[in-house]
Amino acid sequence: MIPAPELDYALLSPLLIVAAAALGGVLVEAFCPRGPRFVVQTGLAGLASVAALAVSAVLFATADLGVTDEPGRTVVADEASLITWMMLAVFAVLGVLLFADRRLDGGLSAFTGRAADRPGSAEEAEALRLRVEHTEVFPLAMFALLGMMLFAASSDLLTMFVALEVLSLPLYLLCGIARRRRLLSQEAALKYFVLGAFSSAFFLYGIALAYGYSGSFAIGALGEDHPDTELRLAAVALMAVGLLFKVGAVPFHTWTPDVYVGAPTPVTAFMAAGTKAAAFVALMRVLFAATETDWQPLVAVVAGVTMLVGSLLAIAQSDVKRMLAYSSIAHAGFLLTGLLGDLSPSAVLFYLATYGVASIGAFAVVMLVRDAGGEATASARWAGLGRENPVLGVSFAIFMLSFAGIPLTGGFVGKLSVFIEAGDGGYWPVVVLGVVVSAVAAFFYVRMITVMFFAEPDGVAVASGAIATTTVVVVAALGTVILGILPGPVLELVQHAGSLVP
Amino acid sequence: MITLLALVPILGALLVTLLPRSSHRQQLLARHVAVGVSVVALVVALVIAGRFDIGTGGYQFVEEHSWIGPLGAWYSVGLNGIGLTLVLLTVILTPVVLLASYRDELPGRRSANSYVAWMLVLEGLAILVFTATDAFLFYVAFEATLVPIYFLIGSYGGPERQKAAITFLLYNLLGGLLMLAAVVGLYVVSQDAGEASFRLADLASVPMGETTEKLLFLGFMAAFAVKAPLWPFHTWLPEAAASATPATSVLMVSVIDKVGTFGMIRWGLELFPGAADWASPTIMALAVVSIVYGALAAIGSTDIRRLVAYTSVSHFGFIILGIFTFTQTATTGSVLYMFNHGLSTAALFLVTGVMIARRGSAEITAFGGVQKIAPVMSGVLLVAGLSSLSLPGLAPFVSEFLVLAGTFTVNVPLAVIATTGIVLAAVYVLVLYQRTMTGPLTDQAKVVTDLTPREVAALSPLVVVIIGLGLFPQPMLDLVNPAVALVLGSIELGGLP
Repeated sequence: MIPAPELDYALLSPLLIVAAAALGGVLVEAFCPRGPRFVVQTGLAGLASVAALAVSAVLFATADLGVTDEPGRTVVADEASLITWMMLAVFAVLGVLLFADRRLDGGLSAFTGRAADRPGSAEEAEALRLRVEHTEVFPLAMFALLGMMLFAASSDLLTMFVALEVLSLPLYLLCGIARRRRLLSQEAALKYFVLGAFSSAFFLYGIALAYGYSGSFAIGALGEDHPDTELRLAAVALMAVGLLFKVGAVPFHTWTPDVYVGAPTPVTAFMAAGTKAAAFVALMRVLFAATETDWQPLVAVVAGVTMLVGSLLAIAQSDVKRMLAYSSIAHAGFLLTGLLGDLSPSAVLFYLATYGVASIGAFAVVMLVRDAGGEATASARWAGLGRENPVLGVSFAIFMLSFAGIPLTGGFVGKLSVFIEAGDGGYWPVVVLGVVVSAVAAFFYVRMITVMFFAEPDGVAVASGAIATTTVVVVAALGTVILGILPGPVLELVQHAGSLVP
Repeated sequence: MITLLALVPILGALLVTLLPRSSHRQQLLARHVAVGVSVVALVVALVIAGRFDIGTGGYQFVEEHSWIGPLGAWYSVGLNGIGLTLVLLTVILTPVVLLASYRDELPGRRSANSYVAWMLVLEGLAILVFTATDAFLFYVAFEATLVPIYFLIGSYGGPERQKAAITFLLYNLLGGLLMLAAVVGLYVVSQDAGEASFRLADLASVPMGETTEKLLFLGFMAAFAVKAPLWPFHTWLPEAAASATPATSVLMVSVIDKVGTFGMIRWGLELFPGAADWASPTIMALAVVSIVYGALAAIGSTDIRRLVAYTSVSHFGFIILGIFTFTQTATTGSVLYMFNHGLSTAALFLVTGVMIARRGSAEITAFGGVQKIAPVMSGVLLVAGLSSLSLPGLAPFVSEFLVLAGTFTVNVPLAVIATTGIVLAAVYVLVLYQRTMTGPLTDQAKVVTDLTPREVAALSPLVVVIIGLGLFPQPMLDLVNPAVALVLGSIELGGLP
């Protein structure tokens, strides 16, 4: 018997706005003529993201977020949710700008015109000639955004599972419709789908076991003491597997490089920032609630292995996109160290913000560096880029320095914050491993700067006139520097995130 | 006042970057502007020095503003005698280096604007490092100095510059990141003691366990030992110096590497006196190894730039040895040594840099009998070399004497071994001078021309100060003594006043 909850529509409005935009986007597909459709969809998605950001900010500043612990509550709009929503909305605004850029590839976007055509077929050529476009990418992105926002705000395991699927399914689709290297893109989508479904099954199994011992889907019930500790342990462990898959932690990371490389770069950017943020908040909601389970030592091991494996494999990469993929694994490891403290999400939230902004910026740069075959992702081709195009070069250098955790960038403050958490929890070996791995990781970030600035130019072209993408790059670079020099306001904001557990 | 001093070069760098750079003339203008900016910084620093009260060892010109509240990080700067000594070194050397680098050949189509801008950025960051009285601010500025040097080596250095730049950065970053672990530790310790704060004054009074103190000390020392560079963490330095322009080498070795030895005093001794005392026998032993090893390696070098780099390893050994004797004499000597070594090494790097640029080779064997065609150059090399071997009457003699005298009161065997460093120094300096300058003029060395008036103008202040402080070292000693006494007081070991 599920009691009907009382809904506070005002507090849910950011979710409702995004849901309306997603559904509205579907209607636009059905009724809007092809001519203005792209612009309408872009505007709808962009406005919805901005509105979600604005409404979340207003709610955060004004609304009474005192958490009520009523039964049957499935979504919680607490401070942490609103902060995450704001962060995701920022990522979405930047993501929509990347999705909407049609000046990258000779007047075309990064998405294929008609995904149903076989790669290399006559139909594909015809679609290209007719300039057909998949404007569905915008409602799909909005659905993914809705899923991410809901994922981070679930207080009920079933809702969390539904949110997981709502965020994943559109992303599976989006991954498969790159304009260039279509077979790789389709392979990526299939891999992501199969492995993602597999991890969802783990998550679902965990939910079933949790229900089995507590008789409740409430996340808060995970902390209840129960004589059957094995069952509780298994439930938490299985759910953690599903969530660690989403954040890309070792040993559930193997999908990351292929998917990141195969997916259209705007999707990679949005996914790298958004999925990681949403999944980490969800992971913290589950683990922080499981107070009776001693999960920190295991997470410490996973964190250590993840950052080590991610960094070591990244060294061997000669492709920028792939390097960024492995670097995202390494960052999942650094982020996990933030879970080892006194169960406060602040440090992780700050890290997610800095990582997300820098990631979107870095992938946006990848979109702009092109040659005849599309994006020139071989890092050797980036030689001299920084001198040919200082704005792009300096921005990418800032992202790399931020990833490496060099002071005066946001990445440094983020790294310091998560290490402080781990130090607080007494996990000093993880901290020391973390700083050593940071030095290892610095190698491949700095190598990119070396290639861009110290090598002689290789004649690689930069997509000119791609105003939207360039805007994203510059905004992300400025954001990264501001988060590094004056992180105070954002740090104070995330300190309001409370404890996640009611 | 201090903020102004740090801002002048940084804003100047911004200005220089924005100046036009398309023609040679425009780039020359950028160089002039950069020299002007560095002279303004020098004037500001001299005003500060003039108003500095040498009677006390505490911090003066203190500025404090909350910076990152949640982290307990403060924008907190101040100067004591030790800090002022190094700030003066920085502001004196920057215009010298900028003047001396006018004829540096920049690879590719690289413009001089960015070259001089990076140097000014480095000057500003160095001033922040030497004045920071907040551990977070210090760490940020300390790590941030890596970026300008990385670009200075990687963009403007010799053929091996890419590799040298990465080696430099990674080596120093690893040391710096170990320090980051210690900074995290400091935060946790200070949080446990009440309110988290990174201010030096707050941290010094935080109670910490013996093991904690030792571990945190080691974290800081890792960064400083790489930076200083202490044997066996020195391997990056000859590599970097061999690929950098002379100007970069001077800023790197004479100024930024001093952050290592300076940091040992300000952060190692002031924050962790017990641990410093505990580690001092090991560190002193390593310092003596540095002295002898650096000197021997210098004697064995065939590349002039490597030779100068190795002499610095040896000199840094003396500085570190003096610091960790914890005697008023030797530690004061060390601070003075930092200043003097900065001047003499700058002179050595710059004059050999000119030689190498004229000849097109850095091999010692590529020269011979140059004094016949370039007497001024030869004279400057002689003064710089003699100051490097601590000839009495030149500034480094005083500091080296103080270090050794202090060490003799604490540990005679180490002092005796360290003294051999003086003999070895005589060998490497005289070998360098003799092989390059004296003897018959070789055909291949005939291309070397003497110093230009601008180069003389750049180098003569160094020579004047080296001779002047050799004859009248007392003002500097008066400046440094009270601050050293205060620091050593915290170790409760003290020594001769």
